[in-house]
Amino acid sequence: MKKAIILCAIIATLAGYPPAPGAAEDAGSINGAGATFPAPIYLQWAYQYNQIHPGIRVNYQSIGSGAGIQQIKSRTVDYGASDAPMKAAELDSNGLIQFPMIMGGVVPIINVSGISAGQLKLDGPTLANIFRGKVTRWDDPAIKELNPELSLPAKAIGVVHRSDGSGTTWIFTNYLSSVSAEWAKEVGADKAVAWPAGNGGKGNEGVAAFVQQMDGSIGYVEYAYALQNRMSHVRLKNADGNYVAPSRETFAAAAANADWTHAPGFYMILVNQSGKDSWPISGASFIILPKQQPNAARARIMLEFFDWCYRQGKEQALKLDYVPLPENVIALVQDTWKSILNAEGKSVWP
Amino acid sequence: MTIRSARSRHMANSAILRISTLAAMVGLAMLIWILGVVMKEGFGAFDLDFFTKLPTPPGMAGGGLANAIAGTIMMTVLAILLAVPISILAGIHLAEYGKGAKLATSMRFVTSTLMGVPSIIMGVFVYTLVVKPTHTFSGYSGSIALAIIMLPVVVRTTEDMLNLVPVALREAGLALGAPHWKVILQIVFRSAKGGLLTGVLLAVARVSGETAPLLFTALNSPYWMHSLNEPLANLTVTIFNFAMSPYADWKSQAWGASLLITGGVLLLNISARLAFRDRNRNK
Amino acid sequence: MALRSRFRPVGEHNWGDSLFRWITLASMWVIPLLMAGILLELIRNSKLSLAKFGLGFLTSNAWDPVAGNFGALSSIYGTAVSTLIALLIAVPLGLVIALFLAELAAPKLSALFGTAIELLAAIPSIIYGMWGLFVFAPFMARFVQPILGKYLGFLPLFQGPPLGIGVLTAGIILALMIVPYISSVTREVFRMVPPLVKEAAYGAGATTWEVTKGVTLRYSMRGIVGAGFLGVGRALGETMAITFVIGNNHSISASLFASGNTITATLANEFTEASDPIYLSSLVELGLVLFVITMLFQVAAQLWLWSLRKRLV
Repeated sequence: MKKAIILCAIIATLAGYPPAPGAAEDAGSINGAGATFPAPIYLQWAYQYNQIHPGIRVNYQSIGSGAGIQQIKSRTVDYGASDAPMKAAELDSNGLIQFPMIMGGVVPIINVSGISAGQLKLDGPTLANIFRGKVTRWDDPAIKELNPELSLPAKAIGVVHRSDGSGTTWIFTNYLSSVSAEWAKEVGADKAVAWPAGNGGKGNEGVAAFVQQMDGSIGYVEYAYALQNRMSHVRLKNADGNYVAPSRETFAAAAANADWTHAPGFYMILVNQSGKDSWPISGASFIILPKQQPNAARARIMLEFFDWCYRQGKEQALKLDYVPLPENVIALVQDTWKSILNAEGKSVWP
Repeated sequence: MTIRSARSRHMANSAILRISTLAAMVGLAMLIWILGVVMKEGFGAFDLDFFTKLPTPPGMAGGGLANAIAGTIMMTVLAILLAVPISILAGIHLAEYGKGAKLATSMRFVTSTLMGVPSIIMGVFVYTLVVKPTHTFSGYSGSIALAIIMLPVVVRTTEDMLNLVPVALREAGLALGAPHWKVILQIVFRSAKGGLLTGVLLAVARVSGETAPLLFTALNSPYWMHSLNEPLANLTVTIFNFAMSPYADWKSQAWGASLLITGGVLLLNISARLAFRDRNRNK
Repeated sequence: MALRSRFRPVGEHNWGDSLFRWITLASMWVIPLLMAGILLELIRNSKLSLAKFGLGFLTSNAWDPVAGNFGALSSIYGTAVSTLIALLIAVPLGLVIALFLAELAAPKLSALFGTAIELLAAIPSIIYGMWGLFVFAPFMARFVQPILGKYLGFLPLFQGPPLGIGVLTAGIILALMIVPYISSVTREVFRMVPPLVKEAAYGAGATTWEVTKGVTLRYSMRGIVGAGFLGVGRALGETMAITFVIGNNHSISASLFASGNTITATLANEFTEASDPIYLSSLVELGLVLFVITMLFQVAAQLWLWSLRKRLV
């Protein structure tokens, strides 16, 4: 009997464990899940926002774009995040609305002793052949040809790709398909593909971790991951024939080509864009919400958070070399928010 | 039968004995290696922040796993509350009412089989049964998954422990006119208390280290728990996420969490053994 | 305690007893209901892929989310190979450790070592995963795999770049996890050998090893097989330790250095994100396959141990 009382006391204490200040405006946590591509900035934003509004907890779980889409379709989360945008037909049949949140670039990263960041130059077809498993050593003539001044080791290439369903993969494979006919035929572009070679890491995090650990490896991650972990990136030849290094400027150059007004559901592919400074593997990351929001107050809180991210979150995004959306696109996006309806059929925004 | 010289027989003998000593040493060495690494890396992560602060986004220093610690304790306690009463009652039935009956034998069989089901299948099961229909990941579903894993373990140990209580004790109680259920609850139970506690402790030890079932049920969260009906921070999924990340401070925290869990589990195991030994000694 | 108040006429219907009995009976039925429930849920949620692929699911090497074509073969292969490696290492090792604990060591040392080995089983599997990924895999990559590749590289088993992660490393870690099960069951079985027969052999001048080989092992063989079953059951369901080090590659390779996949690792990595119904259904079907395999093993193990008990009694 005594033990039961002690047990109840423990539970009661734990239930009130954090004396949460300002619990008054507590709306429960807003749960988002999905892409690992934007996770570094999303997590920053959620944290900063919680510092300003302690009662609002945006809980973003970076589990991969595929998972984000799956979970929002099943309505087990409040919003999903994906770098692989859903097509308009699929959005409609699932009662969802989709809009871009942030843009960035996917960057090949390498871990080869003796080669530092930005030294190695690759072009689309060679990159595709590496990931096809056709180019298997670092001193292969194809790589040597592009890098005559580098001394390349006679080491096997350890390919690292994603083991989970990934929008980053979607962007990357779209690029490989556009520069290599063999890739397009053999593998194709999707969030998860039948990889011809290599090991799978979970999330951008997992790929970065594997490349960090394995000497002689190559992988692909969103640029923030390469930055935050000081990893060696690669210079790529873009559509105009110039070798560019990944940076906010080169991502923005590619993004400048995007024609958002004519994209149904904001569906957009930004790979291999023209422009002398354009980074060839750029992309946008999207937020996906249900159109019907029975809890109008929560929907409002969510949209206010996203609005804050667009406007006040720019600085943080720039620090991590993401490209914030330009003003006119934000206006377009918030226009579509009008179609988010509450239980009575009235729009939640503005 | 070949008659071998005494020498070759003795040489074979000492060779084998040396190999087996070596094998035991290898086993012990592995244990020391693993525990050593966990302790070295884990202690390096321990500081006041670790136990009191919330996680910070990657790239920001500081931050801790206080909410994950609370979450794991919370879900384990809830799992105990869900699983233990039912398991003990089931174990009682098998031990007290089911002796020799065919039904009881098949029940024991099914219990053992359930114990062997991989924990990730439990996670899939609770996801399809609870998470999907309720449209949210939650601490509740995590606790349910853990409870399902605990169930057969506690049923088995309860049955075994109750079977160890001498029949004479029961007969004495019945002879005094006490109803059967009182005999069980007040006499048999009291006598088997140590063993039952052992069973619960072992089940808890097993469940505290579980990650797979929580991956699809409780998910994770960087905040304090406000309700069990939303994703709940916990140590094991945190380790899974942080370990696979490229961030040095996250990886260090993953080790810290590993040390906590390993320490907790080993402590529970040792307490379980002591409880069992005490019980035997007091007889 | 007033005896009078506790005295009940014999034969009076005691509702307390009936109620209690029903409550415990109902509690007991929870277990088989759960088993049935799990099986039904797994079947219900894999209907799509069951219909689309049929039995071919088990023999297909495909895992193509783009084309919606899935097959369990690569996952089953990885599960089988890593389990086999684990058994090949753990059974001899566990046997020999049990021999040490039962015959060789002084009682106090035996207790100490025995506890140490059993603690290996208590370590949660995610810890094995952490240690495997950050310590053991690099160790394998730097020291073990290059040597194996150099001297045994003519075998297709040991070809390929020594990356550390892969099926071999996963198998070895699995072996560590099941050694305690094998050694503790074997110890129990050794104890069941009638001491008289052993004494007789010793009396005839046999060495310890000869007694073990000729008497103990012969009596214990069935029990050791049972221990093997137990180990397999444990290895089949292992998730976290494997997910960290198997490399997550849906392919079948002859080399042990290659990365692969197991059913459990596939589920852990891909379950939350299967965005097509056919993808999700295929994953659940993988879970169903694993469930059935482990159940069959459990049944086989139980029957074996049951027949063993009958023989000894």
